[in-house]
Amino acid sequence: MLLFILMDMRSLWRTLDRRTLRDVGLVCLADALVGASFGAIAVSGGLDAWVPIVMSLLVFAGGAQFAAVGVVLAGGSPVAAVVSGLVLNARLLPYGFAVADVLGGRGRLVGAHLIMDEGVAFTLRQDDPRGRRAVFWICGVALFAVWNVSVVLGALAGQAIGDTDTFGLDAAFPAVILALVLPALRDRGTRDAALLGAAVALAATPFLPAGVPLLLALTGLLLHVPQLRDREVAR
Amino acid sequence: MPLLAILVLAAGTYAFRLAGPVFRNRLRLPERLELLLPVAATILLITLVVTSTLTEGHGFAGWARPLGVLVAGVLAVRRAPFPVIVIAAAATTAVLRLCGVE
Repeated sequence: MLLFILMDMRSLWRTLDRRTLRDVGLVCLADALVGASFGAIAVSGGLDAWVPIVMSLLVFAGGAQFAAVGVVLAGGSPVAAVVSGLVLNARLLPYGFAVADVLGGRGRLVGAHLIMDEGVAFTLRQDDPRGRRAVFWICGVALFAVWNVSVVLGALAGQAIGDTDTFGLDAAFPAVILALVLPALRDRGTRDAALLGAAVALAATPFLPAGVPLLLALTGLLLHVPQLRDREVAR
Repeated sequence: MPLLAILVLAAGTYAFRLAGPVFRNRLRLPERLELLLPVAATILLITLVVTSTLTEGHGFAGWARPLGVLVAGVLAVRRAPFPVIVIAAAATTAVLRLCGVE
């Protein structure tokens, strides 16, 4: 299976233009920094090294990983950690439908695990089926490798560093998520809903157990539901 | 963090991922849900940015981290490359802390 993917990779590589490949490379580099900071933060926060490493291999979703580990490190329950992670990852459901065409037939079970924000964004940018398939697999395999290696290195470094805050690593994760999500905020309805949700979560943080404020942020959807109804009426 | 929690999170996440490729020919997501899920994800991601920037435990995280993330936001609006954004955020925060800003 792996051999098949690797051999297929070479022909996929030639399908893409240099600009796309460069963009994928830049995203890999940025995610390497974030992965390393994830490993380091988890370990210096007191978790065993295997926790961030196993989590990265099996969950492979940066936002959910940071959310779950954040809840646990802040003293929240594992249940709250799992629920926060799962609610965040529910976005992968529509992603799966959006890129299902590149995942037909063989390789589907492996390919599904590689569905994530960055790869889906690159895939939807390509028009022809060959390009879509190529960028999905190249971005997916590259990011999976880069993410997991960097988490291992970060976890090892975390044991040596001790205090990751000295290096400002705690700013790396919000920075990359902000950069990633910024284009979605151009839609005014989405932006208002997100800001309301964030305000609710922020107000609740001093009073509620870790992980719960994040879920409360979904109240921001209330702003969005009337809009959806309007859209349906308009049609 | 117990292994069981990681496994449950992993299994649920994989189910979300696999549903599209497996079921796309047999069923369609209700249109409303299809519109709502990306908005829900954006809300959660922005909230994650805001809370992980401003709070530590149940209190304020101090100024160094928010200022680092602010620099990242400005660079992102100006379409700087991702690695530059991440390094600038961490470096700003680290330098501020070095100067005694908490």
